[in-house]
Amino acid sequence: MKKEIICIGCPTGCQISVEMEGARVLKIEGNRCPKGAEYAAQEAVEPMRVFTGLMRAENCEKPFAVRSDRPVPKNKMLECAAELKQRRPETPVHIGEIVFADILGTGANIVAAQDFEGE
Amino acid sequence: MEAVQTDLAIIGGGCAGIAAALAAKGKGIEKVLILERSPALGGVLRQCIHNGFGLHTFGEDLTGTEFAHRYVGMAREAGIRCLLRTFVQAFRRNEEGIELTAVSREGQFSVEAKAVVLATGCRERPRGNLLIPGTRPAGIFTAGTAQRYLNLEGYLVGKRIVILGSGDIGLIMARQFILEGAEVLAIAEIMEKSGGLIRNIVQCVEDYGIPLYYRTTVSRIYGRDRVEAVDLVTVDENRNPVPGTEQRIPCDTLVLSVGLIPENELAFDAGINLNGKTGGPEVTERFETSMAGVFACGNSLFVHDLVDNVAKEGTRVGEFAADYARRCME
Repeated sequence: MKKEIICIGCPTGCQISVEMEGARVLKIEGNRCPKGAEYAAQEAVEPMRVFTGLMRAENCEKPFAVRSDRPVPKNKMLECAAELKQRRPETPVHIGEIVFADILGTGANIVAAQDFEGE
Repeated sequence: MEAVQTDLAIIGGGCAGIAAALAAKGKGIEKVLILERSPALGGVLRQCIHNGFGLHTFGEDLTGTEFAHRYVGMAREAGIRCLLRTFVQAFRRNEEGIELTAVSREGQFSVEAKAVVLATGCRERPRGNLLIPGTRPAGIFTAGTAQRYLNLEGYLVGKRIVILGSGDIGLIMARQFILEGAEVLAIAEIMEKSGGLIRNIVQCVEDYGIPLYYRTTVSRIYGRDRVEAVDLVTVDENRNPVPGTEQRIPCDTLVLSVGLIPENELAFDAGINLNGKTGGPEVTERFETSMAGVFACGNSLFVHDLVDNVAKEGTRVGEFAADYARRCME
């Protein structure tokens, strides 16, 4: 079986084809860098994405930016966003600080992507 | 107020302006001053919470906010003077150099500089440019405005959203609207293909199953106080609507992502020659505009796809401006 994948690693957007046998990757073609091969092999088996979104601190209307420190399964993005709404860390929040550890059991931590002093 | 004296004045504290300031400082120019109208440095990066920034500059996949944090940190470390909440109203050339008029909460004042870098960024093409007939209800936003409301202020602009145009900001916002609990009913693109990056089509549109219609535009907006629906219509090869193809989509919000224009009112008022195609100033190979000692870089010169390219250009232009300022001092 052949899977056609567009790499999202950089703006080039290489069109990569991955030849599969069941869940096993046989051949990867069309990538212009090693990262593309890595991405395509993962994408063919279990698509992963870096989560980026917003979180609110205790007693604050304005949000602050957060991200996952590694990719999480693509089908968990909506759940991640919903989960983050359940928690309100205290200010100040510092860039790089873990604001939600091991989200949804993915092993990925949600970290602040900006400093946020509060309102 | 007394005039502020500086060697190099940089108008705009986004990535281009900061990069130019750092480069000029690195070339030994002591007095570098950034004038920024908003309350913080960073420019549009402050509202870009998505990743994909800095692959070239830092070899890392950063969010816009993380990228901005690094540049703002470098500016602080280099001791670059910044005037925030300061709006430059005009500038002109005189015998000594360039005189800028600015206004801040303290009032109006002048800045006297040997050289100036224009790093004023770009703005979005608004609805008025599109000539969409219909009423004028609330609920029509440009994508960047919707992005600012959500990411900086915390307001989601609507619950049932149609997006016109498939520029990158529109695609990025489509995903974010969904993550924040809104529905994105359709993206309409008048051309045969998107002007956005292909990776954004994949990770923002296809990942979330959002319908993206090519050769389609919005032909009418309905609603008196608030948007109630829009008509989508197919267009022919001359981009004229094909009668009978209208499809009404009930929605509460229309988001426009139909292109960016370099922001050059200041340069225009100063009599600097602008290029009709890019919307930016005409520059020499050293990025000097038609006014001696005034340079331009970043999205005010032309709209760049990548912040990494803006940073690189800002660095070069900062060096050129530094050379000019130094020659004035000799």
